[in-house]
Amino acid sequence: MIMSLGSLRVDLRLIADMVETGSRVLDVGCGDGTLLAWLGRHKDVDGRGVELSMAGVSAAVAQGLSVIQGDADTDLKDYPSGAFDTVILSQTLQATYAPKTVLNNMLRIGRRAIVSFPNFGHWRVRLSLGLKGRMPVTNTLTYEWFDTPNIHFCTIRDFLVLCEDLGITVERAIALDGAGGVLPYDGRGCVANLLATQGLFVLSRKS
Amino acid sequence: MDEPLSAMTDTASSGSSLSHNPLGLTVELGRDEPIRLDSGVVLDSVTIAYQTYGCLNADKSNAILLCHALTADQYLADPHPITGKPGWWNDLVGPGRLFDTDRYFLICSNVLGGCMGTTSPATINPATGKAWGQDFPVITIGDMVQVQARLVDYLGISQLFAVIGGSMGGMQVLEWCASRPERVFAAIPIATAARHSAQNIAFNEVGRQAVIADPDWREGRYMDYGTKPRRGLAVARMAAHITYLSEPALHRKFGRNLQGDRDAFEYGFGAEFQVESYLRHQGSTFVDRFDANSYLYITRAMDYFDLAAEHDGQLANAFKGTQTRFCVVSFSSDWLFPTVESRAVVHALNAVAANVSFVEIQSDKGHDAFLLDEPEFHATLSGFLEAAAARRGLKPAAGKEGTP
Repeated sequence: MIMSLGSLRVDLRLIADMVETGSRVLDVGCGDGTLLAWLGRHKDVDGRGVELSMAGVSAAVAQGLSVIQGDADTDLKDYPSGAFDTVILSQTLQATYAPKTVLNNMLRIGRRAIVSFPNFGHWRVRLSLGLKGRMPVTNTLTYEWFDTPNIHFCTIRDFLVLCEDLGITVERAIALDGAGGVLPYDGRGCVANLLATQGLFVLSRKS
Repeated sequence: MDEPLSAMTDTASSGSSLSHNPLGLTVELGRDEPIRLDSGVVLDSVTIAYQTYGCLNADKSNAILLCHALTADQYLADPHPITGKPGWWNDLVGPGRLFDTDRYFLICSNVLGGCMGTTSPATINPATGKAWGQDFPVITIGDMVQVQARLVDYLGISQLFAVIGGSMGGMQVLEWCASRPERVFAAIPIATAARHSAQNIAFNEVGRQAVIADPDWREGRYMDYGTKPRRGLAVARMAAHITYLSEPALHRKFGRNLQGDRDAFEYGFGAEFQVESYLRHQGSTFVDRFDANSYLYITRAMDYFDLAAEHDGQLANAFKGTQTRFCVVSFSSDWLFPTVESRAVVHALNAVAANVSFVEIQSDKGHDAFLLDEPEFHATLSGFLEAAAARRGLKPAAGKEGTP
């Protein structure tokens, strides 16, 4: 499980730390708005959210946040370019239909994007597939193959290659272990790709 | 029944301490500055009938305009003067309730063309001394909002804290936000659309043709003959009523159950099934409280509504630069104003980077869900209003500090 620190999950705290005070933030897949609420309270952020579930949206709106029910695939295209300083996609990329379009849209409507996703290159995943011949079910990949919402898994290396193809600059890369702890990150991400259960990246568009 | 019900014309001076007016209020507008309708017709006198609840605060920042749907009226939270039934959002209005009358000043007016006291086809045409009938000018949602804005002027309110409404009321909310954005701090369009769909125009046309086909309609001059197109209007209501419900809701309520305690068919065209009896009842009671010409004019106004068309075909243009905070709500089983219509509004608002929340409430009650007990819906409205009120600097009602 990911640890909690000061009422905010560690990965969310890492993301929160990267958000500038007073900036405009779009959180795609914002759940009940925990991160947005924290950013509003502690960093004076003008935040907006997109969330798929009615329960999540209701909870977020009920605490005064501006959140729309929708998803990354269908609801990013309408936002005007440069509308946000930061667009956040936490643990959602692997569940989108068109990850390339989503990433491009994020960097169109935001100056930079913060993306986190479970790493399919983690050694446990490799072990499960390589030795057991079974689809992996781990602490961060909790679904069986037949009920998973995750349709576009990738490894940290896959992600870096895609960023290169799309002309996206990786400004910062953070590798996280199963407890949410930060692991050392090597230049090309090969070690992180083996040891990290999730990757967290700050992206911008090459200009 | 279409006579103005008012007794208290011009008593609602702005900032007054009146809290409730069971008899209803009316005010005559347009005398100083005539009202130019979208059709080009100019009216120099329009009477608007309205209700208020709660008190306007000193800086006039706590007013909420509630816009009613097609066949509702200003009796938001009063017993209806004809049917005696509770107001259409009765359970949401009152001290400590969602629309807290200790905190907000609520205004609800009968729309232009409506038949509960506002100028309509049943009103006397000053030029002829007889009821307007079909000589009444065709009206639009924009005209309804223009008249509401005049009422808000009259009450001395420059900016409404919120404009809220469902269905046709939601169209008025959107029209307010497009035409008078600086006058709306927060907006809640519910179960509505930025344009009336072809299917909805089609349903409206069925209703209108039912009225017009009734020999008692008499080219709209039935009042001169002391008749009413009862059958036609009842059929119109029956057809429309189906569109307000959903198949699951109808099934749950009636199934294929037969009328009374029958267990066999009668092999005739009486009301065999409970659902038929229910619809007939809906039709006949509607006729007692609604005017046939009003029904024609108001449904027509809905048909004309197309906010994008008025803004170069781009809905986003209607909201360009808006500072209003929006909360858009739809219901999953609403097939009259389906979620896709609300999404179109949300996408347009996103395109202008507006401050917008949107939720599709899971309900199997169809379009009418916005008038029914839907706790998730009410919780969403409450949270949005609370946050907007804090932004607007509206204090919680006395005795409720610390319990937002």
